[in-house]
Amino acid sequence: MKKLEVFDPAMCCSTGVCGVEVDPVLVQFSADLQWLAEHDIQVKRYNLSQEPQAFVGNPEVVKEMDAGMDRLPILVVDGHIVSTGMYPSRMQLVQKLGITLTTAEKPHIKVVAGGCNPKSGCC
Amino acid sequence: MTLPTATTRHLFFTGKGGVGKTSLSCATGLALAEAGKQVLIVSTDPASNLDEVLGVSLGSQPTAVPGVSGLFALNIDPEASARDYRERMVSPYRGILPPAAIASMEEQFSGACTVEIAAFDEFSKLLGQPQATTEFDHVIFDTAPTGHTLRLLTLPSAWSEFIASSDSGSSCLGPLAGLEKQKSLYAATVARLCAPASTAVILVSRPDTSALREAERTRAELVELGVSNLQLAINGLFATESTDDPIATAMMRRANAALAAVPSGLSKLLRTVTPFLPLGTVGLAALRMMAHPDTTISAVQADAVTTQLPGHLSALVDEIAESGRGVVMAMGKGGVGKTTVAAAIAMALAQRGFPVQLSTTDPAAHVADAVGESVPHLTVSRIDPAAEIALYTAEVLAKAGSNLDPNGRAMLEEDLRSPCTEEIAVFRAFARAVDAGKEGFVVLDTAPTGHTILLLDAAESYHREVLRTQGDMPEAVRSLLPRLRDADFTKVLIVTLPEATPVHEAERLQNDLARAKIFPFAWVINQSLLASGTRNPMLAQRGQYEIPFIRRVVDGLSSRCALIPWLPKAPIGAKGLAQLTQ
Repeated sequence: MKKLEVFDPAMCCSTGVCGVEVDPVLVQFSADLQWLAEHDIQVKRYNLSQEPQAFVGNPEVVKEMDAGMDRLPILVVDGHIVSTGMYPSRMQLVQKLGITLTTAEKPHIKVVAGGCNPKSGCC
Repeated sequence: MTLPTATTRHLFFTGKGGVGKTSLSCATGLALAEAGKQVLIVSTDPASNLDEVLGVSLGSQPTAVPGVSGLFALNIDPEASARDYRERMVSPYRGILPPAAIASMEEQFSGACTVEIAAFDEFSKLLGQPQATTEFDHVIFDTAPTGHTLRLLTLPSAWSEFIASSDSGSSCLGPLAGLEKQKSLYAATVARLCAPASTAVILVSRPDTSALREAERTRAELVELGVSNLQLAINGLFATESTDDPIATAMMRRANAALAAVPSGLSKLLRTVTPFLPLGTVGLAALRMMAHPDTTISAVQADAVTTQLPGHLSALVDEIAESGRGVVMAMGKGGVGKTTVAAAIAMALAQRGFPVQLSTTDPAAHVADAVGESVPHLTVSRIDPAAEIALYTAEVLAKAGSNLDPNGRAMLEEDLRSPCTEEIAVFRAFARAVDAGKEGFVVLDTAPTGHTILLLDAAESYHREVLRTQGDMPEAVRSLLPRLRDADFTKVLIVTLPEATPVHEAERLQNDLARAKIFPFAWVINQSLLASGTRNPMLAQRGQYEIPFIRRVVDGLSSRCALIPWLPKAPIGAKGLAQLTQ
């Protein structure tokens, strides 16, 4: 079972609703973590203002923070840092964690007549 | 006329600011101590003046009150508690985590909710852990103004429910997630509050309609929270035999009318009445008079002292009108007449042809009543926390909840039920109201002192948040604090009464505002008996007692000042309010 650890910046709550404006990326990310937990991934999330001990316990994470606070959030898979400074999308998480998706879970791409050809470099 | 009956170990005094909660709790505590009991008086009010009333400097540990055996008091300063809590949480990581990380942690512990929860935490230690106060026969809580009190009292159940239903380990308990461990303590606190055998809640009110209405609102909310042992204490009832003085007659008539129409919920409660005291209730001697009024009602005809009185409110309106637009904020402790002053100024500006928006965050929302009939160019709106929360919740769910699966949506909804959602929702509404001042005049009647400061504090931290946030910020929010600081745009009026405590509190408010770099435009002293022209000996004596407080405001605290006399005709409705500015 793979283990994903998320080291969040100091924030009031994990969905970010406690800001003046809610950040949709945070809300989506929280939901994606729930979804990962249903796919046999052990997820652990640490908030700097609530669980600083977890940050201190990981020298790699502290080293990143020394380089700049904008490195947060940091994602760690089985002890290795896989991403810094951003919340990956669900599909990026799938890739980083090597999850095999069922057909129903795969993103549906609508092919529109006259749409662009991937080889043309337009997208 | 007697003091409230103390048959339970815990006594709570609650009521609108300025009704005499501190005086009554001290007088009750003093009477119990002088009857041989061991008594502890506790204040959890961020704007407490317990020190002043008892004449002793207090801290967070019980301090003996000099001159009274068995009487102790302590003062919980929620801001200091929050600071201690923050330091306890952050200090182990100094030197280990980078300074930027420490700074960002500290910022998360500086919010308004941290202060409130820290206060409640202190308060629950005293109420929820019997061993903390075993040496006392009675523990008397002199609580904060109504809105704040209610929040403190509703928090345990809100948080108990929140903690119980938090199945996904969601972190919206925010910076205070550590407090989850305190669940049993909070449960004990709630149980203690609701147990009629151990706790009585005394609703304190002046004998006037709006204070009684506020007390009834509090009663209904407490009953809903499961608090059943309630009493009503009417404080400051004026009675005189002389009937030829119009002010004295009006004062008695108004009090009697208010008492004759006590809301039915209140009329069923055990009721005690304490008298009007011409010399205030600061100091032990004055507190004893509350318990033994018969020795005091013998006003002496003192030689009238004269003093130069401040000018009329209309002069301030003239100056405000010059700018043609902007925000006018009436600030001060609850019960000093912010609503009345705000409504009178809004009406006077509207009558000069300016478009005026009168907006209130006062939870009691009496502004609409105060204006009574419609005035051209004047619109009245209310910032209603419940409505604002509903609006904010709907907005967030529409914006962020639409592409979430059921689990994600449930988690978001749970975070939206958190206590800080109200702060944010109200703050946004406040920012919107201030923004409207670009077009015409906006007159705001803000909530009581403690809450107002928290609101501004929140504004400040949001302001800092805004500078680095990525979310799309409404323009109204982004520009709020700079606007509040702009003396040409925002005119802050400090409203007070010519009495010891209100002036003292207003001075504190002015200092707090100065820390946020907001400087008042003027002070308004309301309900002056000295300026009323009364010849009733007791009321005239009270008028003389006002002089040092008026002088303190005029000579030491304000750059501009207006004085409003005590009005025999109540300042209600357009005609009543016009008395203030004509």
